[in-house]
Amino acid sequence: MYNRKKRNTFRGLLFVLPSMAGVMVFILVPYLDVVRRSFTGAVSKRFTGFQNYSTVLTNPAFHLACKNTARFAAVCIPILIVLSLAIAVFLHRQGRWGHRLKSAYLVPMAIPAASVVLIWRLVFDNHGLLNGLLSWLHAGTVNWMNTGAAFWVLVFSYIWKNLGYDVILWIAGLGTIPESIYEAARVDGAGEWDLFFRITLPNLFPALYTITVLSFLNSFKVFREAYLVAGNYPDDSMYLLQHLYNNWFRDLSMDKMAAGAVLMTVVVSLLVLLLQKAWGRDVE
Amino acid sequence: MKKYIIWAVLFAVGFLACYPVLFLTAGSLMGQTELRELLGPVLSGSGGYVRFPLMSLYPTLRNYVGVLMDSPEFFVMFWNSVKTVAGILAGQLLVSVPAAWGFARYDFPCKSALFTLYILLMMMPFQVTMLSGYLVLDKLQLLDTLWAVILPGVFSTFPVFLIYRFFVGIPQAIIESARIDGAGELQIFMSFGLRLGAPGILSAMVLGFLEYWNLIEQPLTYIKDKSLWPLSLYLPNIGLEEAGTAFAASLLTLVPAMLVFLGGQDYLEQGIMAAAVKE
Repeated sequence: MYNRKKRNTFRGLLFVLPSMAGVMVFILVPYLDVVRRSFTGAVSKRFTGFQNYSTVLTNPAFHLACKNTARFAAVCIPILIVLSLAIAVFLHRQGRWGHRLKSAYLVPMAIPAASVVLIWRLVFDNHGLLNGLLSWLHAGTVNWMNTGAAFWVLVFSYIWKNLGYDVILWIAGLGTIPESIYEAARVDGAGEWDLFFRITLPNLFPALYTITVLSFLNSFKVFREAYLVAGNYPDDSMYLLQHLYNNWFRDLSMDKMAAGAVLMTVVVSLLVLLLQKAWGRDVE
Repeated sequence: MKKYIIWAVLFAVGFLACYPVLFLTAGSLMGQTELRELLGPVLSGSGGYVRFPLMSLYPTLRNYVGVLMDSPEFFVMFWNSVKTVAGILAGQLLVSVPAAWGFARYDFPCKSALFTLYILLMMMPFQVTMLSGYLVLDKLQLLDTLWAVILPGVFSTFPVFLIYRFFVGIPQAIIESARIDGAGELQIFMSFGLRLGAPGILSAMVLGFLEYWNLIEQPLTYIKDKSLWPLSLYLPNIGLEEAGTAFAASLLTLVPAMLVFLGGQDYLEQGIMAAAVKE
């Protein structure tokens, strides 16, 4: 018996080995090298302590990018989560049309950023469709791409892209709540809002963790649309960390890149762990 | 009454979600004159605003002919995209499916630590591994080849996590009874694991296709040679003066993703859900 167990340990490792080797070679080992570089000078290659970190942390562009990225997450994640929850609660168990609508919300996932770019240009241009609509309504036009409005264009784009994804996640969460609880509460005379606040919401709490984390991670991908439409230096209001890292990379500022990468790792890990702690649920 | 308003709002949102597909279809069928007239305000800065009807008034296939017949670079980029996506997905099948099986069905030392590492890696935005990826690809002399995008993609840990969720759901009793019948471990994986875990594998493939067809950051960082660029980087370079071409090329880029989406929608939903619900 013991032997078989040992043999199976060995076999389990064998299944995992190719993947593990690739992760080591392509991610982990080079990443450790980056950690080392974050403590050495770009030219001198000597140990410089936290020099690179203080360079990054005092960099004005870094402050701007951090502020925008944080603001972006703080604005769009709550909007997305509440909106998708409202839709999911309504669509859940709505039969054929509910199902079709759910599919419609997922369509943006299949639309490549590159195909959207053309539409963006035509909709948000100064003489574009949206301003045309606004002027028709006598509402006054907006310079969408070159003012603070660019930030909201980005928010809209993120919500457009991720709404269906989050609706599906919520519906999955709703599916785990047994119908019998609702029936029992209804028998006791609970109204629809009571049901929502006393049964639905508390039961969805575990799903909230996953959905928040996934929405946060997906928020980094708005860089695609932002970059393709507005290039390396968009309006200040949507200059994100992703732009900054990309620009450091093009300037070959390896020292800043390295320290920046480590800082980002720490922040993302901390956020994920904090959320996990706050909601008392293991990641897996 | 209240219910009808909600439905109306939901349908409006649904329309907004799908509108880009209609928009691109309509635009791609418009002739040059029609496009000039409609897009004039953006193109030449003449007064007024862009107007855009739901459908072309004088539909023509000329833009498609232009893209498919007269722009060889479109084909080059299209093939670059196909090769990249096919390479990544094939590699993921070979690497992450067995890995997911190993994590789901066996015990070995440091398993949970290793799995936590996989989850953390899957959560890291591209910017975190951008430099390290560059350094290793440089060392292996893979920069400026399609492999620079394919190989890191193959070892993405997300499919391992996703497929794991499906493998874990297979009842242990089935595996045990196969063992008692004398099936080898590899045989169990091949005949039971792959069959019962197929929805998970397909989910990973569908999600993977949509992700890698849309790849921007990786080719932008690791490939300087524009002849190796995927469609996703090529499209935005078509100027608005060639709006017809831009429309047709954008729609042609959308088509494969749309087909995968329509064909694999159930798996897509299962894949999304697998991350949310704990079994």
